[in-house]
Amino acid sequence: MDTKEVNSASTPLIISDGCCVHFGNAPALESVNFSINKGKKVAVVGPNGGGKSTLFNAIAGLIPLTEGSLTIKGKSPEDAKGTVSYVPQKDLMNWNFPLSVKQVVEMGLTNRNTISIFKRKKINKKIEEALESVGLLQKINENIKSLSGGQLQRVLIARALAQDSDILLLDEAFSAVDVGAQEDIMQLINNINLDGKTILIATHDVNNLEDKFDEVLCLNKHCCAYGDPSEVLTPEVVEEMYGSHSNLLNNLHLPNSNKND
Amino acid sequence: MIEILLEPFKYDFMIRSLITAFASGAMLSTLGPFTINRNMGFMADAMAHATLPIIAVGVFLGFSISELGVPAAILIAIFLGVIIKNTNVGEDTAIGIIFSSFFALGFVLISLLNVTINLEDLLFGQILAVNTTDVYIVVFLLILVVTLVLVFFKQLLFYSFDPVGAEVKGLNTTFLNYLFLILLSIAIVGSLQTVGIILVLSMLIIPAAAAKLVTNTFVTSIKVSIVFGVISSITGLYLSYFLNLPSGPSMSLVATAIFVVAFISNKIRKKGSLATVTVS
Repeated sequence: MDTKEVNSASTPLIISDGCCVHFGNAPALESVNFSINKGKKVAVVGPNGGGKSTLFNAIAGLIPLTEGSLTIKGKSPEDAKGTVSYVPQKDLMNWNFPLSVKQVVEMGLTNRNTISIFKRKKINKKIEEALESVGLLQKINENIKSLSGGQLQRVLIARALAQDSDILLLDEAFSAVDVGAQEDIMQLINNINLDGKTILIATHDVNNLEDKFDEVLCLNKHCCAYGDPSEVLTPEVVEEMYGSHSNLLNNLHLPNSNKND
Repeated sequence: MIEILLEPFKYDFMIRSLITAFASGAMLSTLGPFTINRNMGFMADAMAHATLPIIAVGVFLGFSISELGVPAAILIAIFLGVIIKNTNVGEDTAIGIIFSSFFALGFVLISLLNVTINLEDLLFGQILAVNTTDVYIVVFLLILVVTLVLVFFKQLLFYSFDPVGAEVKGLNTTFLNYLFLILLSIAIVGSLQTVGIILVLSMLIIPAAAAKLVTNTFVTSIKVSIVFGVISSITGLYLSYFLNLPSGPSMSLVATAIFVVAFISNKIRKKGSLATVTVS
């Protein structure tokens, strides 16, 4: 048994107990229960508006819960701020800014006590290490506008790595990037996961999840299923998530699809 | 040539004007790159117009425009920030409502309170009328704005680029939001005597836009924007002195001329690099 297995078996890192989020009268999440152990690689799937981003925002402490509780390392999301690295959807960022790759990664090391006039060698070293681990050290001084979609995603992951937190949230990490870049990002995520980090990725791709992830959290405002993808990702769960559109997913490889044939 | 450049310094009012022009040009163009990249030009214009009722009441109570600077700026920034955050009519619409209604209220107050104020000077600037106290205040505001931008630069940059990421990282985004609004408001109110309510936007936006065209990084664009802003204000002042032109519009037109040159040079540079790629 390796270290990762020991840690993951013993330490619940994120616990959601009846977590509810409402926007006005409209429910975005209702009674969501799960417990994610340390070192797990979790896919969060569900339809648009199913609550994936809302859940990430709640874990990141950006929105309050209406009911229930959510704890990260035993703390409330508000108190755990800064211990979670979040890579939001790219369209939430202002790409007008002509920033260098280095400046974006350095944001992972910027906190509320950061005073800009002091330059530290330590910061530069951490930036270089983070970029090295995503394979983009040679692009350190390039303008982010010159990067491809996949490279941008890797820069944002480097920013999260520079922060050096235990939990990494990636919202739509595979959207708007080609298949090759998706594979590169997945490989990178596997490497980060091997270092013991817990990773949650919101994705629309429900294909072959059991090969890529330890666990899957299926959301459609409520938790349709949570657990090992090879066990929980049944056609019934897919139908619960995607409703009448689930027939569009018939051609996908679901681990339990044959059981119901 | 040097004699011509030094000629205005024979007069005290021109020395005061030059210092004020330098301070206003530098202050506005320091914040310009943040403003244009955050698409906050309309907000800045609304801030300038929203000063009119405060100036009307302030002058009625016996204060000068520069004395009103900091408190008026803080009041406007907080008011705009709170209104925009708490209305659900859309940011542009909320700004538009405040913009026009405050400007209208200003004119009504000037008339009702019978305030003695030269509206043309207020709208287009009258830098030649600044007194020694005004100069001290504008220089103080320049030092304040530049110091706070330097101290909070990395946090402001993070917040401006990725507000969600900044909040998750634990930055005080409410503080950073209001800090920037207050700095912007201070720069605008502090420059009203130089370029006036209508033209202050040109000195905020145009040097920054020109700098963005000729630079590749954000930090360099701020430095170049400051250079363009100071050149615009000082050259505009010289033109107004030698050609007997209104000072505010002259500064604004020099900034526009710099922008046109930057725009053309950017086009030529892009064409050149495209030709190089095609040949190779």
